[in-house]
Amino acid sequence: MSTIIKFKNIAKIYQVGEEQVHALDGVSVQIQKNEYVAIMGPSGSGKSTMMNIVGCLDTPTSGLYELNGTNVSDMNDNELAKVRNKEIGFVFQTFNLLARSDVLHNVELPLIYGGVGSAERKKIARAAIERVGLTDRIHHKPNELSGGQRQRVAVARALVTQPAILLADEPTGNLDTKTGEEIMQLFDMLHQEGNTIILVTHEEDIAQHAHRRVRLRDGKIEKDEIAKDRKNIVR
Amino acid sequence: MKFIFDEFKEGMRIAFAAIRANKMRSVLTTLGIIIGIVSVTLMGTAIEGLNRAFNESLASLGTDVLYIQKWPWGDRGDDWWKFRNRREIHIQQAKDLDKYSEYAQAVNPATGTVRNVRYGQKLVENVTVVGTGAALLETSGATIAFGRFFTRLEADGGRPVCAIGSEVAANLFPNENPVGKRIKIGGYAYQVLGVFEKQGSFLGLESLDNRVYVPIYRFFKEFLSHRGGIQIMVKAKSVDEVDDTKEEVRGIMRKSRGLAPRDEDDFAINQQEILVQTFNQIGGVIAAVGLFITGMALFVGGIGIMNIMFVSVTERTKEIGIRKAIGAPRRTILMQFLLESAALCLIGGLIGIAVAFPLSLIIDTFLPTAMPLSVVFIALFVSALVGIISGFLPAYRASRLNPVDALRYE
Repeated sequence: MSTIIKFKNIAKIYQVGEEQVHALDGVSVQIQKNEYVAIMGPSGSGKSTMMNIVGCLDTPTSGLYELNGTNVSDMNDNELAKVRNKEIGFVFQTFNLLARSDVLHNVELPLIYGGVGSAERKKIARAAIERVGLTDRIHHKPNELSGGQRQRVAVARALVTQPAILLADEPTGNLDTKTGEEIMQLFDMLHQEGNTIILVTHEEDIAQHAHRRVRLRDGKIEKDEIAKDRKNIVR
Repeated sequence: MKFIFDEFKEGMRIAFAAIRANKMRSVLTTLGIIIGIVSVTLMGTAIEGLNRAFNESLASLGTDVLYIQKWPWGDRGDDWWKFRNRREIHIQQAKDLDKYSEYAQAVNPATGTVRNVRYGQKLVENVTVVGTGAALLETSGATIAFGRFFTRLEADGGRPVCAIGSEVAANLFPNENPVGKRIKIGGYAYQVLGVFEKQGSFLGLESLDNRVYVPIYRFFKEFLSHRGGIQIMVKAKSVDEVDDTKEEVRGIMRKSRGLAPRDEDDFAINQQEILVQTFNQIGGVIAAVGLFITGMALFVGGIGIMNIMFVSVTERTKEIGIRKAIGAPRRTILMQFLLESAALCLIGGLIGIAVAFPLSLIIDTFLPTAMPLSVVFIALFVSALVGIISGFLPAYRASRLNPVDALRYE
């Protein structure tokens, strides 16, 4: 299996007034293609920081981060933007859709930034929307959709560029339990189809969908285990 | 290239969506630009009108005609008293110029006053009465529409004959042929020989058509004596010989006025050129000051745009975060906000022109002008430029936002 993510001694230090806060303190971890990993930990454990660095929204203070064989730890803003566009699909807790745009436009947006031509773009976006089962809602605005449907749009948007990893940050945090389970089933299905999924969560239930759990505490890896009690819902 | 075009389209889409979403705010912000563009275009139109009026008026002076007068045209400096105290130009000098000048094609003395003119019961008040020689048609741009001008014989003999301007003719003879009729100018009887072609006005001030022309020797007897002074127009044989003519005229004038070799000239030889120079100076200053002041209005409008763009960027911090997270580079974010402010200003510019155009028609009633197409294009260009300049700082700030912080912004 090929290595998608390679963290070597990653540290992130924030300056808060006089004090230095070590949000991440020498984290080394490797994630292979088609793994399904949950990053867990209580608040303040550094999991948000880790997710920002994995998602190329932020760069580490020190250490080496290789994504899909490319060193991204020293990239500038524009290079990082390109990597985010091509290699990473984000799913956020608060959905983060563009409120004034319809479903289709939200989903095709990454392709616009990726420089895909209009006809091609619409085709790919429609296919992604079909995969998450929202074809009949294609011209609806986000505020005309339920929470679960919005998160499905976000998943479609994350998938549309065929990224190396899907990065989900508490994807069920704003959903009720039933809808949350539906979204997790969607992730399970995507994993079955060969996608690499990284799930950031503090909920044990949700983490049980993953094959592997990385637990953080105080900016260090506390535990990195292969799951034995995995819920496998996909039939 | 295609890629840039798609981003541009996306930027336009966002810009118009944002403007639509905040209609009231957009309208109020744009108002500043509208006022700016209206004032700048109207000023441009007025300046254009002033130029045209001047050029049309100057054409009536002719480039090959010298005007011999007491006062020089153009900048008189502090020598007002010097010119004031000069001897008047005397009719004798016109006679001498006519007699001795080789270069002159025509020499014509002229002077004027204001009188009422009557025909039967009809009265035209405050008509300019011009006393002139017979060479007037040669030294001025005026032509006779029908009838004839007086002959040299009639002029030198001081016959009671006249030619009248088109406005006077229209007022006195609405339904008659004026030629051959007797009119009274300031109480004295004159026979109308001819009517002038319509000439318009000089610098938009004095109508050249509200005039009657009488032989200058009769004028001296009946209106003002020759001691009041006259001006003399000398037309050169060709435009190339104007300078030679001027030198010759100067010599004859000095001799005629009995000046000793060391005396200064106590007369001025004026040319159209002097007026052009003076006008270009004054016109330039008027244009600069006018455009500066109206430009200030546009500048203030631009500040309004900048202000609202900062608000827009702050409001949409989250959106910027989302766009950055899914891969929008800085350039795209920068362009998005620049397009928005440029679009705001361009809309303002278009509305401004739509408002200014009918107003320019009002200017048209007293200055010969129409809003030049160049002003329209410059106004649109400038408004887009104002948009880009005032949008730059907010847009730059947006493009530099840290995606992590932007996403967290509520």
